[in-house]
Amino acid sequence: MRKELGLGLLLIVAACAPLYLPAYELSLLGRFLALAVLALGISLIWGTGGILSLGQGVFFALGGYAIAMHLKLAGADPGSLPDFMQWSGLTVLPSWWAPFQYPAVAIAAVFVLPALAAAILAYLVFRRRVTGAYFAIITQALALAATTFIISQQQFTGGFNGLTGFTSAFGFTLGDSSTQLGLYWITLAVLALAFVGVRALQMSAFGKILLAVRDGENRVRFLGYDPLPFKVIAFAVAGVLAGVSGALVTLDLGVISPAMFGVVPSIEMVIWVALGGRNSLLGAILGTLAVNFGKDWISSAFPDLWLFIVGAIFVLVVTIAPQGLVGLLTFSRRTPRAIAAAAAAAAE
Amino acid sequence: MSESTLVAGQLFNGISVASILLLAALGLALSFGLMRVINMAHGEMLMMGGYLTYLSVSAFGKSTGFAVGLVVAFVGTALFGAFMEVTLIRRLYGRPLDTLLATWGVSLILQQAARSIFGPIGVEVTAPPWLSGTLSLGGTALTGLSIPAVRVFIIVLAAIVLGGVGLIIARTRLGLLVRAVHANRAIADALGTNTRAVDLAVFALGTGIAGLAGSALSLISPVTPTVGQSYIVYAFLVVIVGGLGSLAGTLAAAVLIGVFSAGAQIFTSQSFSDVLLLLCVIAFMQFRPRGIVSQSSRALEEG
Repeated sequence: MRKELGLGLLLIVAACAPLYLPAYELSLLGRFLALAVLALGISLIWGTGGILSLGQGVFFALGGYAIAMHLKLAGADPGSLPDFMQWSGLTVLPSWWAPFQYPAVAIAAVFVLPALAAAILAYLVFRRRVTGAYFAIITQALALAATTFIISQQQFTGGFNGLTGFTSAFGFTLGDSSTQLGLYWITLAVLALAFVGVRALQMSAFGKILLAVRDGENRVRFLGYDPLPFKVIAFAVAGVLAGVSGALVTLDLGVISPAMFGVVPSIEMVIWVALGGRNSLLGAILGTLAVNFGKDWISSAFPDLWLFIVGAIFVLVVTIAPQGLVGLLTFSRRTPRAIAAAAAAAAE
Repeated sequence: MSESTLVAGQLFNGISVASILLLAALGLALSFGLMRVINMAHGEMLMMGGYLTYLSVSAFGKSTGFAVGLVVAFVGTALFGAFMEVTLIRRLYGRPLDTLLATWGVSLILQQAARSIFGPIGVEVTAPPWLSGTLSLGGTALTGLSIPAVRVFIIVLAAIVLGGVGLIIARTRLGLLVRAVHANRAIADALGTNTRAVDLAVFALGTGIAGLAGSALSLISPVTPTVGQSYIVYAFLVVIVGGLGSLAGTLAAAVLIGVFSAGAQIFTSQSFSDVLLLLCVIAFMQFRPRGIVSQSSRALEEG
């Protein structure tokens, strides 16, 4: 019950934010709540499933580019190409761009592309029982490869600058404050839905087996379950959440570029969840907000300090508070035995 | 320049890149094989070795400075590695994913520290006079191909280090203990081996070798705060492809990946070769998920 109460409180505070927050902070909050959707996915695969992914940025990018491609096509003059393609000397629209002119296709792609990519990767790697640190390294290599690839294909992807310069989305003018407010409400609704959905997944039989896979994959096998589909589905769900998050952030910020999802941003996404508490969905949301607001404030006031601080967060959270801020807050309520069990669970 | 010299030159580049990958991956493979520790700050040991070399060269001049730099880089990074092991890694024993995150934090701090001290732009280390020439193979099929002496030096250095580590593992008392802990930590512990000391020695040796790699790297590219980042992902792939606990596997994987990247770059761009490399590694894992040289073991749970 306490978790539902926490979500309710958070939703009320966030829903009233337009009443008391200045415009700039409100736009930050909206973007960070969109990022929290991705963090829920990390909490599902890492907290519940024990799968550490350092490449969630790739799925974020798939969602972001899917929506951005639509906005580029919708924003271009009829019969002409998006601006960056003209600058690169393209004269014909690449065939794989064409379907994105339909809003329905683009929105479907936000869900389907990350789900497919995540499921295929997870299937290929987990099928051969490659787990743990190996999987983390593979996903990091994926983030590196995806970023260099997108940067190099400038005529198709906008390269290092990414896709930007959108004017309107689905008939709404993006600069309007009413559009921004609407986007904020949509983000909040998506986050609440994602929270309830992931929570339901965790409480279901599926979630119990996923948890069992985390704590003793071989024992699960001996009990007659194949862990593979559970891990693949969980990873695909996290991929979809990352994709949706990418689409929302792209709409919100008006840009998607490799600087938002490369190796470094991808691993930073993990620290949001680690700081909040990897086993708590609420912690994932709060951690995302804390790190991102901290980054915004500190890196504008003391630009040199931010990397030291985020580095220290990585070190301190892992050594002192493996269950994150939420773990620290609930510390007093738990027996030493439960803490030891939690530490053992965090071990792998 | 004929076709064959182009290919041979690229092949040679591949082998010299492989040498640096090998030096970077050796330490990773050693500590991951032995302690199941993923050191994400390993790339910053390269960076630190590079800067230490730069400082030595500025202090002692081009010629002796570089020789001193090799020693300083090795000792300095080994000491830092030992410090990290005692203060951080040791506390996270048995939690590989958490070590990964914590050492990433260390790597961010080191990068920012380097940026604050040396500035965001790289520093250059000029090769000492005894390494500034080129070797050319006139009179053979490869006339016209000239190989910079520094690249030969890097390959020789990697060979010496690999041989040295091989000798340590195979012939010394420390090596015996390392093999014992690697084979079965609990039994080695029960028989009186100080496993913590073995961990410490191996970790320090591994970071020291990375420092040497950074020293070597400083000869062919400027030392920047993020220089380690560009090598570390490949070094990890070498460890994955090579398999745990085998120098031969690490060597084979380093050569394979170094030559693959250089070879692919003849036909396509750097970015395509990165994507191809990742696809090939994933495809490779379908056949040998435990790497080229895997240990056979009847244990159920392995790292």
